[in-house]
Order: sequence, then structure tokens, then C-alpha cells
Amino acid sequence: MIKIIDVCKEFQGKAALKHINMTIEDGETLAIIGGSGSGKSTLLRLLIGLIRPTSGEIWLDDQEISAMDEKELDKVRLRMGMVFQYSALFDSMTVAENVSFGLREHRDYPEEKIQAIVREKLNLVGLSGVEQMMPGELSGGMKKRVSLARAIAIEPAIIFYDEPSSGLDPLMTAKIDELIVDTQKALKVTSVVVTHDMASACRIADRIAMIYEGELIAIDSASHFQENPDPRIQAFFHTLRTTK
Amino acid sequence: MGFLERLGSFVVGGFANFGRVVLLYSETMRQLGHKPRLRHIVAQMSHLGVDSLAIVSLTLLFTGIVLTLQVGHEFVRFGAQSTIGGVIAIAIGRELGPVLVGVVCAGRVGSAITAEISTMKVTEQIDALRVMAVNPVDYLIVPRMIACMLVVPLLTVFGDLVGVFGGWIVAVFYTGISSYLYTSSIDTFVDAFDLTGGMLKAMFFGNVIAVLGCYYGLNCPAGAEGVGKATTRTVVSSIIAIFALNALLTFILF
Repeated sequence: MIKIIDVCKEFQGKAALKHINMTIEDGETLAIIGGSGSGKSTLLRLLIGLIRPTSGEIWLDDQEISAMDEKELDKVRLRMGMVFQYSALFDSMTVAENVSFGLREHRDYPEEKIQAIVREKLNLVGLSGVEQMMPGELSGGMKKRVSLARAIAIEPAIIFYDEPSSGLDPLMTAKIDELIVDTQKALKVTSVVVTHDMASACRIADRIAMIYEGELIAIDSASHFQENPDPRIQAFFHTLRTTK
Repeated sequence: MGFLERLGSFVVGGFANFGRVVLLYSETMRQLGHKPRLRHIVAQMSHLGVDSLAIVSLTLLFTGIVLTLQVGHEFVRFGAQSTIGGVIAIAIGRELGPVLVGVVCAGRVGSAITAEISTMKVTEQIDALRVMAVNPVDYLIVPRMIACMLVVPLLTVFGDLVGVFGGWIVAVFYTGISSYLYTSSIDTFVDAFDLTGGMLKAMFFGNVIAVLGCYYGLNCPAGAEGVGKATTRTVVSSIIAIFALNALLTFILF
């Protein structure tokens, strides 16, 4: 369980997040939505320890990760995986080397086992025969899938997704959404998905949280969230209805 | 902004930068204690070193040629032709070899390191390393620093030989000194420390090039323009640092 207690984050005196409080239960998929610059990606980076909160606490089970040094955080990060907005694949490595990177760094597995895990994870995300390709040879959707395969290779308990549908066409977005749901079901992981795509959020999430100008303005189940009368939330749904 | 404010901002910014380089340097030293990533070190040596061989050879070859052209006739005029080889070898071994190889590497190697690391930063690959519990200093900087500290002295030795050979070409075929006189004067005047002292300097230069290259890469401003700026800063800072360090090391060593 992840607990965020009264977290604030400032950049050069400017508040990016204001007094955020929320709990993310084990095994659930939480979508964090909000417009560009609302602070949702900042929240994600706080959760994974890439940046520190200005004030407040972030707990993962019984450990306060916001107070940990980098060495302690590294131990916690072995329980986490992340799919980056632009995939962040290591462009000097093949797909197989990317997927096996965490295993080679942190597990003492024989080569055959590593290769078997790479094939298994790539199959799970619907890719095969791409092991020797370089990231530059892949499409945007394939990069996202490889990024997910890399994230789940070390079998994390929590997966963070930063704008998984960013830069993809609607069909590929739907496929990635399906993949997030399938991954969650297959691995029983906790998923935190940051997105500005309300349709995606409704498809994949058990609960949706909305950040507006650095404040958490609502957190509710996906079905109830649509009925929230807050005009800022309805504005998001309005955009969704008009684009349908 | 007035002149004094701009000056103050420049000075404070300079000190802040220096402080951050020192912090990165100390973190790199701390990470040196971990198990070395031999595969990465060898890959970096090959990538950074072998690719610089041609430009180092050309630079030192022409330096040897020009140096001998400049001093050859003067030495003959004063009847000191028996010392030309030795003087050329000492000048190249102690000063020109390490400094010129250092400057070439600052441009060739330092800029390559910065471009690679800043691109990794802009495309979130550095964050990906951290998320996967891999320390970027240990993974990226330590292998590059060790590789540069080994490769720059080796390139210097190679450059020294090419430079002395360039001098030999001019001395023998243009100034008219016998090959034996040129090589025997090297034998007479040059001792091992002229070469190893230069290598020691080159090792420090390699260290500075790697750390500054990585520092500007890790701190590059966002965007493609940022990568270009970071690369330029690496080359300029490395060259200044090499000249300053050379003065200090020459004072201490020779």
C-alpha cells in the first residue's frame, strides 16, 4: 500500500503540488489524470523517489520512502517498475539487452534463464522475434511494449506508467490500455497510471484521481467519477464526449 | 542588469559550478570502490581511444614536422645539430605530446561523452537507470573516467612516437642531419621520466576530460539546443582545465 500524506512540492518557490493526501491499495489500478502542467507527472516522480517532496511523507507499506537516501531507495525500487512517457529505452542496446538489463544488474541468473525470461516477457506484451532489434528500429507502440516488458522483467509489485498513450494513435492507445489491464490481471500488481486521456483512464482504472493546478480535487471509482459535478472534472469529460 | 550584478552572477555561477563538479568528483571516487565494470571500461576504451588514434597521429605528426622546421636550421647554424633529436623528443614527451593529445581528446572524447550522456538525460534514460536501482555515476561515469585515464596516456605515448617520427622526417630529408645523429641524440638526452612524466600528466588530463564531460552531460539544459551548449561548455572548460593543470603539474613534476 502506498500512502501519500500532506505532500507538497515546490520548484524554485513555485508550488507544483499542494497538500496531496491519498492512499493506493495493493493490487488496484489508479489513474491520475489532469491537464498539462497540473503536477501529475511530478507526483509520479515523487512516488518513485526521483525527486523529494518539499514537505509531507510518502510511505510504501511500513517504509517512509520520502526520508530514504538513494541507497535505501534502490532496495525499494527493486519492487517497482516504470514505463516512461517516451519509453526511455537504452538506445545503445538491443531489445533483449534492454529487457534483461535489470536482471543482469540485480539477479544472479544463468544466461539461459535470462534469455527465457526475456522471451516470456516479450511474449506477454505481444512481441516476438524483435530481440535483436535496436530501439531506433521500433515504432512508438512497440517501444512502449518493450518498455513494459523491461519494467516487468524483475517482477515488480508496483508498476508506474507515465502517459502510456502519449504519441500513439487511438488504435495503439486501446491496445496499450488492454495490455495494462492484462498485465495487472496476470501479475496482480499495483498500477499507477498518469495520463491526460480520460477515455484511457476509464478503460483501465479501478479508481481515478484528478490533479488540478497542483491540488487533488477528486479521487473516486471510475464509475462514480463521471458523475462528479465539479465543473473542472466535467470539462474533462466534455472533451471526451466531443471527441467521440 | 548592471555590470556589477552581471559580474557577481558570473562569479557566483562559476563557484557554484565548481562546487557541483567537486561533488560529482567525490561521488565518482566513492563509486570507484565498487566492483569495476570491466566490459564497460574496455568498450569505452575502444570507443573513445581507438577512434581518436587517427586525429592524434595527424596532430602530433604535423607538430613534430613544424617544430623541427622551426628549430632545425637554427640548431645547425649554431653547430648544435647533434642535439636536435633530443630536444624534439623532450619537448614532445614532456609538453607537446600530453597537452596536444589532451586538447584533441577534450574535443573528440569530451564532446562525445557529453553528447551521449546529455542525450540519455533528455530522453529519460538516466531516470530509467535510477528507477532500475542502478547508480548513474557507477554505471556511466566510473567506466568513462577509468577508460580516459588509461586511454589518454596510451594515446600520448603513441602521439609522442609519431611526433618524434615527424621530426625525424624533416631532420633527415630537409635539414640534412643523419638519421643516426637524430636517434642517438634522443638516446643521450631523453630519460624515462620525460616519457612517464608526460604520461602522468595525460592521466590527469584524461580524468578531467571524463569528469567534465559527464558533469556537463548530466546537467545539460533541456532540448536539442541544450545538448549543443553542454558539448561546447565541456570542450571549453576541459581545454582551460588542461592548460591550468599542465602548468601546475609541470611545476611539480619537472
